[in-house]
Order: sequence, then structure tokens, then C-alpha cells
Amino acid sequence: MALLEIQNLNRRFGGLHAVNNVSFNVEQGMIKAVIGPNGAGKTTLFNLIAGNLPANSGKIYFNNEQINGCKPFQIAKQGISRTYQNIKLFHGMTALENVMLGRHIRSKAGFMAGMLNLPWTWSEEKKIKEKSMEYLDLLGVAECADTEISNISFGQQRGVEFARALASEPTLLLLDEPAAGLNIYETAAIGRLIMKIRQSGITVLLVEHDMSLVMDISDEIVVLSFGEKIAEDLPHNIQQNEEVIRVYLGDD
Amino acid sequence: MDLLKRYVPVLFLLAVVVTIQLVTHFTETTYYLTQLTMSAYYSIVVIGLCVLMGYGGQISLGHAGFFAIGGYLAGALTTHNLMTLKNYGFVSLLDKVGLLVDSKGLYGGDLLTVEPWAACIIAVLTAGVIAFAIGGPILKLKGHYLAMATLGFGIIIYRIGLASAYFGEADGISEVPGFILLPGIEVSGSFGARVLNYYIAWGMVIIAVILLLNLIHSRVGRALRSIHGAEEAANAMGVNTARYKLYIFVLSAVFAALAGVFVTHYNGGIGPSEAGVMKSVRYVAIVAVGGMANIWGALIMGILLNFLSLRGVFGSYDDAVFGMILIVIMLFAPQGILRINPWQQVKSFFSVPTPKSGKDVTD
Repeated sequence: MALLEIQNLNRRFGGLHAVNNVSFNVEQGMIKAVIGPNGAGKTTLFNLIAGNLPANSGKIYFNNEQINGCKPFQIAKQGISRTYQNIKLFHGMTALENVMLGRHIRSKAGFMAGMLNLPWTWSEEKKIKEKSMEYLDLLGVAECADTEISNISFGQQRGVEFARALASEPTLLLLDEPAAGLNIYETAAIGRLIMKIRQSGITVLLVEHDMSLVMDISDEIVVLSFGEKIAEDLPHNIQQNEEVIRVYLGDD
Repeated sequence: MDLLKRYVPVLFLLAVVVTIQLVTHFTETTYYLTQLTMSAYYSIVVIGLCVLMGYGGQISLGHAGFFAIGGYLAGALTTHNLMTLKNYGFVSLLDKVGLLVDSKGLYGGDLLTVEPWAACIIAVLTAGVIAFAIGGPILKLKGHYLAMATLGFGIIIYRIGLASAYFGEADGISEVPGFILLPGIEVSGSFGARVLNYYIAWGMVIIAVILLLNLIHSRVGRALRSIHGAEEAANAMGVNTARYKLYIFVLSAVFAALAGVFVTHYNGGIGPSEAGVMKSVRYVAIVAVGGMANIWGALIMGILLNFLSLRGVFGSYDDAVFGMILIVIMLFAPQGILRINPWQQVKSFFSVPTPKSGKDVTD
């Protein structure tokens, strides 16, 4: 069984069929990319997987368990973590605190333990902090650990968001346009980082516009156009796929 | 180290509390202690609301309602005579378990009432359960809609107090007995117990402050702030946002109800004005003046403004003053009055607005 299985997924917004009968699998340990022109339904697909939107029909299995219909926090607990196209960090909190939220599902102190400041929570907090610093370090943004998140650069924010997603130690990482707004050097760095993440055993599913990045790092590519899957293949086959070239470049 | 930083201000508060008591003792101005005691209780409502608003990011214009649920139930249960019902199975069962007390009324009649401890627990639990029940559906609302829904709740509680004979209609409940917390420690308005009650109230405040400070510095506090920062992302990180919002709502309601119970025993009664919408607005205004996500700010402003109000400094413009405070704070110091930088304010007030640059190009 594949790690993530998507079967006949459908989502409509009024008359718009944003995701039309899409099926594909993501095998454990691979980097899979979803590409397609603007409005192809890529982000909708992501929101369906992460539980932010309910599907009209179809099924999503993760680790052989059906996850569509679950709330986002339940899906996160199953081991799926995500980043956003337009970075969603917690404002009013420092970079470190943001990443510490990533450890939420890996820790357990509740309201009572928190209010009474029970001794066992101290070591838990300490571990959360140490782990979070490690991830900030890994992403090369450790120097802004104590800076409020709106006071750091866009590139650093992206790093913090990555660190937060990784801090939850996911099995599957969903990356929504990780290279959006980055220059070519930063994009290359993100590419190397994604390879490194995969090496540590995390499966990656990404949506991306930057073709060079996708072709360089993905093991397999799914192409969407107007909500339908038009191709699913290895990167070099996708580059020669006439249907794909047609939707990207036009008919003649 | 962090712990030290957290608790040192608490010790400082304790020192201030003792100092004030000593000063009033030697200057023979102990009458101030009465208003300081009441301000302390109201501040418990305020800091509970502060955590809900400033950290959880949810507004409530119905907290006077929870205060009233606590106060009215404690008042009614410890005051209404159950003597005529003594032969009913349920009442006699309560009597046998020791939840009722026999006493002599003002005019010598026999009184059978609920023991204050039992009444307190019933009152606070009721407030918690009601908060839980209404919190589920209404916390799905955001912003203005949540404000309106909680406002509606406050109005309902106010009208129930005003309309039901059990809660004394427009007169409210009076002759509420004292609340013996421990042998020798009684919450009551009697003249001789003024100093003791001052310390009881401040002891309660200090416990409440410590509990809430611990909470906001814990994993749960961080999760609450993340909901305030970006709810969708908090959910995607595994925070059960709906449940956290509900729990913090219930917690702040319980704090309000507890304050209501103590104020009612201290004053020896409660009236419908305690449940009024203007009271809820007052609590929100104080949290705003204190700086929203600032427990110490809320506490300081809670004491100060309630004290001035109780001393009658604002006269008959009392509610108007709090309305005014809310407007001024929202306009000039949305971060709260304690974080205000007056020179910056004057400068920006007279400067020509310039387009913001650099910050919005990120998307």
C-alpha cells in the first residue's frame, strides 16, 4: 500500500469543478510534485488532503486509514504537516515560539498541568525548546529565534515555517509552493533542503510553479489542468508529454 | 530563571498589598480597604477575561452574566429558607449529608439554608456548565458576531435576574450570610472583619494571577496565542482550536462566577445591576486599557478603575467614563495604556500619513 492514496477525489465550488475525479498515490520516501497552470486546482487539492476543505466525493487514505472527513488537527496528529503558499505564521510570537507549536502534537501538558505548573511539564518544555532550536538551526534561521515573527525577512519566515512543519516530525510533508517569492539562489537552497528532508525518511508532496526546481528534485510528477489529472509520470517523460506541453504553451 | 522572572512581580504585589494595609492602619483610613477588597474581586473577572481576549483572541460581552450566575446562585441558595420543604425527601437528604445549615433568622425564625461551600460549588459549576453549553456553538462565531452573541447571553441573564421572584426581581437578594472558608476565616462585610477580608480577597487575586501566569507560559498558553495569531495554521499544527477556545471560555467564566460568589457574600447581597450589560462593557474596557494580552496591565487597571468607580470619583457619569475609556483606548493606544509612548503618539498625530513601504511587497 502507498503512504497516501487519493481515489476519485471531487470538489466543486458552485459551477466550478476545481478538483475533478483525481486519483494518484504517493509512495513512502518519494518526492512527488503536483504541477499545473494557474487555477488547475493544486491548492484546492492540498486543502482537501490537509482537511481544510471537505471533498464532495472520493477518498483519501493515509497509512491505510481514511482521513477525508477528519479535521485538520486530527490529520496533523496522524503525521501530515504542511506549509502555506502565502506563509501562515503566528504573529505576536517569536520564531522559536512558532516552531515550538510544531511540537504541540509531540507533547501533552494540558490546562490543569499548565495552570499548576507541575514539575514534569518543566522537562517537557525544556525538550520542546531544545528540539525547536535544532530545527531553527537546521533551517539556518537560529539567529532570529527570539525575534517577533513580523520583524524578520520573507526568506527567514519561510525558513521558520519549514522548521515548524518539520518540528512535528511528520511522515508526510505537504509543501505549497515552497519557492514562491524566492530568488534563484534561495530556490536552489530550498531544493537541497527538500532532498535532505527526504533523506531523513520524510515523504514529500509539493505543489510548485518553478519548473526547474520540480524537474530537479521530484521522483514523480502529477499534472493537473482545469481540475483534471492529465498526466502522471517521471520528470523527463513529463517534459516530453505533448498534452502537458499543450496546456502550458497553448495549441500551436 | 524564567520562573523567578514570573513570580518576582507576584511577591512585589504581595508587598504592595501588605504596605497598603499598614498605611491605612496607621493613617486611620481603613475605610479604603472596603473598596480595595471589592476591586480585588472584580479584578479576578478582569484577568480571566484578559486571558480569553488577549491570549485566546475571543471577545466576551457577557462576563457580567457569568459573574451574576455565581453571585445570584450563591446568594439565593444561602438565603432562601427551605424549612417548609424540610419533609420532602430531597431536602431532608441534603440536610442529612450536611449540605444544609440551621440558623436563626433576623427576627428569630428558624432558617434552613444551603451551606455556603456547597452553594459556592453549585454556583461555580453551573456557570461552568452554562459556559460550556453556549460556548460550543457561539465560539464558532468571530469578531462582531461573537461579541453580539455574548452580549445577547448577558442580556438574558440580566433579564432572568430581573424577572424571577427567586432572584428577587429588581431588589435582588439581600441578607446573604457570610461564607466561612475555614474556621475563623469568613467572607463577610462585617465591620470587624474588614482587614481579614481584604487579605482574603487579595489572597484570591494572587492565586488567580499565579494560575493564569502559569497557564499562559505553558504549552496550552502557547497554543492559545497561536490561535490568536493564525487559527488555520494552529489547527494544521494539531491544535484542537475549537476545544481550546471552549476551555479558555469556560475557565474565564468560572473565574467570573467565583468572583461573583465572593462579592455577594462580602456585600451581603447582589442586585441586577451586577448583571447589566454596562458591567460587561466595563470589564472589556479595563482589559483593553491594560493592554489585552497583559495580565499585569489588566490587574493594575482593574484595581485602579474599579477603585475610583467604587469611591464615586466618576459620579453619575460612571458608565459614560468607561465608554469613553474604550473609545480613547481604541483610537490612541490599542496596545494598552501601559505601553503607550506619549511622544510617539503626539508625533504621529501631527505627521502627514506616508504610504507604508517594504512591508507589503512580500506576497
